[in-house]
Amino acid sequence: MLPTSIAAAIPARAGVGLKPEHYRAILESAPDVAFFEIHAENYMGAGGPPHRYLEAIRARYPISLHGVGLSIGADRALDREHLARLRGLVERYEPGLFSEHLAWSTHDTGFLNDLLPVPYTRATLERVCDHVDEAQEAVGRRMLLENPSTYLVFAESTIPEVDFLAEVAARTGCGLLLDVNNVEVSATNHGYDPTAYLDAFPAEHVGEIHLGGFAATTDDRGARLLIDAHGSPVDDRVWALYRHALGLCGAVPTLIEWDNDVPAWPILHAEARRADALLARVAARPHGERRAAEDLHGTHAL
Amino acid sequence: MAPTLSEIQAAFAAALVDPALPVPDGLCGPGGGPAARRFAVYRNNVVVGLTEALRARFPVTDRLVGPEFFGAMARAYVAAHKPASPLLMHYGDDLPDFIAAFEPAAIIVYLADVARLEAAWSQAYHAAEAVPIGIAALAAIPTDELASVHLTLHPSLRLLHSAHPVASIWAAHQTDGPVMPPEPWEPEDVLVVRPEAEVLVHRLPAGGLAFLAALEAGAPLGVAVERATAAAPAFDLPRNLAGAFEAGAVIAASISAAVQALAETCP
Repeated sequence: MLPTSIAAAIPARAGVGLKPEHYRAILESAPDVAFFEIHAENYMGAGGPPHRYLEAIRARYPISLHGVGLSIGADRALDREHLARLRGLVERYEPGLFSEHLAWSTHDTGFLNDLLPVPYTRATLERVCDHVDEAQEAVGRRMLLENPSTYLVFAESTIPEVDFLAEVAARTGCGLLLDVNNVEVSATNHGYDPTAYLDAFPAEHVGEIHLGGFAATTDDRGARLLIDAHGSPVDDRVWALYRHALGLCGAVPTLIEWDNDVPAWPILHAEARRADALLARVAARPHGERRAAEDLHGTHAL
Repeated sequence: MAPTLSEIQAAFAAALVDPALPVPDGLCGPGGGPAARRFAVYRNNVVVGLTEALRARFPVTDRLVGPEFFGAMARAYVAAHKPASPLLMHYGDDLPDFIAAFEPAAIIVYLADVARLEAAWSQAYHAAEAVPIGIAALAAIPTDELASVHLTLHPSLRLLHSAHPVASIWAAHQTDGPVMPPEPWEPEDVLVVRPEAEVLVHRLPAGGLAFLAALEAGAPLGVAVERATAAAPAFDLPRNLAGAFEAGAVIAASISAAVQALAETCP
């Protein structure tokens, strides 16, 4: 338990991915940011400065816990030691949100350090539901499952991605993390309409939104291929999709992700303020539903 | 018969880490189009992600050989060594051994030792917290029992011997820019410890490494002094003992239960 008076619950405002480069700026300038999100694996060491800084920041802000290494989409069993480490972080830092990816990253050769795609089949759905159930049970918290950025598709897939996510949420009780940048990336890469994807997305399960920057290259046929690089500002197309998503979901906690070529703090903070301005408009709408974070994914145990 | 999820992932993982293998069947772009460049994005993500994780953990090694050489060396390591867990803070613990056997780097004879120091540094950075004690703790122990005292060392403590001036080289290359070779060029024994928030790197005096290694292995003070003196006849106990406490390397001092029991039964 932390000696803190700061509530764990995350408001429907903008937060920022926590980077070591910004520890001091955050503590010294106490910026008006609704929450910070951490990559769980970066705080799984026994001690040292990462925990010292995180404790100081947690004493001032709510925290969201975002795992990148659980490998929920793998056929193989979840790593129980990793689940225990996640639970340890939940108990120590009392995060307001806990999320992971619809992806896999571990196989016989070891940890592959990327969010790898899964075929959307009934067999995968069963496996993912079992893993989400197991993770929520082991960690003791409701999870948000994030839609992936993908660069290719499986001939075996039979279920649309949105339907796949909706069924996992309905069956396991997990929420969804809608990464709008991933929507733009995948829609471009596979030639579908990102707005239609959002319209089909089960908005009632969305507990958080991610925004980030992509990089662009070309595929085997010379067509535009977007990479989920998190190394640049949020693209204008993604901001437009975000406004559309807010119209569907209402105001939900929104994270700016910038993990590579990390900019100076004021630049990152400006991205969060831009999201905050859009969130404030949604929240102020007379008939708009303001959906506080705790309605969907409070700090209660399962 | 459609492949199972297990079979799909086995084929994907195998091709992911072996560029000589073709893109697995069933992976495609829009409209069933080719996916070689698309699959290459995943291959590239794995290699670049792990290479950059190593570069972040071994910044001085990177500076000593330059980014291009480091990248090539790291990619060779990544090809043969995948992380055992998602905790990338531990990835590269055996990179120093790989560098020691990496022929193109052989000309830089101290490179593997600098990497060892950097591995120790980041291990200390992430090690458990513990509160150091001062040398005054020894004052409470009767002089004739000092040889039986067990000193518990800080969990972040790492020890390193190098035939080269590894700590001096490491310290001189903390930033870019011209660097003069350390003078004199001589072997160095190094203590790495993180008593508070900062990781500290100390050069140890003669016998200091054997002394601390014996204490870390659980030997009582008297035995540690014997080992240090055997390693370096000029071993200076007061200087080394004070140095260990001042470095924040000691977190507890106790007389072993066996010695205490003996003392009680034989007044």
